[in-house]
Amino acid sequence: MTPAIPFDLLIVGAGPAGMSAAVEAASRGLSAAVVDEFPEPGGRMLGQFHEEKGHWWVGRQVAEQLLDKCSALGVKLRCGVSVHSILRSGAVWVLKTSEGSMQARNVLLATGSAEVPHPLPGWTLPGVMSIGAAQVMANVHYVKPGRRGLIIGVNVLAMAISRELSVSGVSIAGIVLPGFGPITGKEASPKESLKELMGLAHLAPSPLMRIGGKAANALGMAGFVSRFIPRSGIKIWDIPLRLRTVAVSINGRSQVQSVTLADVNGEGAVIPGSQREELVDFVAIAGGLYPLAELASVAGCPFVYAEELGGHVPVHDEQMRTPVEGLYVAGNITGIESALVAMAQGRLAAATICGDTGLLDQHHDHEVQEAMQDVRRVRASALIQFRPGIQEARDQFYRKWGSFQRDGQEIKEEG
Amino acid sequence: MDRIENHPILGPRKTKREPVDFTFNGEQWAGLKGEPIAAALLAVGIRTLRRHEESGSPRGLYCAIGHCMECRLNVQGKGTVRACLTPLEAGMCISEGERLPNEITGRRLP
Repeated sequence: MTPAIPFDLLIVGAGPAGMSAAVEAASRGLSAAVVDEFPEPGGRMLGQFHEEKGHWWVGRQVAEQLLDKCSALGVKLRCGVSVHSILRSGAVWVLKTSEGSMQARNVLLATGSAEVPHPLPGWTLPGVMSIGAAQVMANVHYVKPGRRGLIIGVNVLAMAISRELSVSGVSIAGIVLPGFGPITGKEASPKESLKELMGLAHLAPSPLMRIGGKAANALGMAGFVSRFIPRSGIKIWDIPLRLRTVAVSINGRSQVQSVTLADVNGEGAVIPGSQREELVDFVAIAGGLYPLAELASVAGCPFVYAEELGGHVPVHDEQMRTPVEGLYVAGNITGIESALVAMAQGRLAAATICGDTGLLDQHHDHEVQEAMQDVRRVRASALIQFRPGIQEARDQFYRKWGSFQRDGQEIKEEG
Repeated sequence: MDRIENHPILGPRKTKREPVDFTFNGEQWAGLKGEPIAAALLAVGIRTLRRHEESGSPRGLYCAIGHCMECRLNVQGKGTVRACLTPLEAGMCISEGERLPNEITGRRLP
């Protein structure tokens, strides 16, 4: 079902960035469509909630508001549709989807992020899932991921979702470190994990700052250095955070039955004789997030590895343009940050697209600048800052990579 | 696994879902129309969605949002689908992803 008239803007991803961009673009007169392979719109906001000054911020409500606006503005929304390829054909993009092809003059990729795995023995057993999967099952599909679970991986995403699960009535045996492995590396040591928590190094949505703060306070009482943390761990909202315990293996015949745990010293070395089994029926692995950007690659966009942003990100400027004509990005595909930042980035991308397509009048520069400032403001005031130095990292990225000429295919590093 | 009927923060599901019957590996089960197959199976305690094509070891849901492809299984009339993204329909005949013979190594199914 190829529409005869291409859309002005086709957005891939119906999360906070994509839906916000759709609302902004449609309200400025662009014909806009959004596709997403999840059966309902909202992206990962659908399962997020956290406590903020005594009341609950509920992502689903934000998603519903955006959906209402999209409907009122006539945005075409297609959920349960996967995009398989993206190809430039003359003046339009042609996207092959699981339900026919779609055409548009401009494409905004707002595909979000994916989770980094933490392989360990037994991790392929049914009942082992990513921490995000546990969140989706409980908070989106209303099915508990299990009766009692263990979280492997200490980071803010793990802490935020552990709390959500606990609030949802799922018993959490604890949050432990991943053991040393070829992939886990330095994160496995108590010292590094503590640093990660304290510094809130990359990854995670939601109440990072607050959780981090609580951890810092609790850790402060126990002493900031991990060797002073009791082996039994510390409790953050009734969830044992066991910073001196690692998961050695996940056990079970046809599904998860237990996890073998061991205590470690401050450097992460296992203390002999400390191994024991913890009985659980599910395990959630929290390895952090990385930008989900395959479509940008298929579209021919160059990439840069930026650790602070969570991995390989498509080259883009601060206005959300990529060097590829008619291709834009917004949200976690540009770097891991919270939903509110993604929403501001979506609005900015839409303003830029309107400007580039000549829809804004002579004031368009001003409007784009305004939207850019808004992204910075939202980032600065975010309750949850994935990484304290995120704005500096962004500034550096845009200085280095953001001044490209679209007609030139070569991306040159400046300065 | 237990279903969450009235979520303490999110409340009950806004749109009520109709109960429907389906089969998995020939056995009859009930789930909710429109929920992902993986959620319906988890709700009745089924975690194994697939046997690894080579080793035959059991595999289940991993990412729940369509990225990892671990949950692929078969739905009659649809072929191989991701259980985490495919909505349950009344009367669906679902079977787990199967171990396959390997023509390169010559391994046959036991």
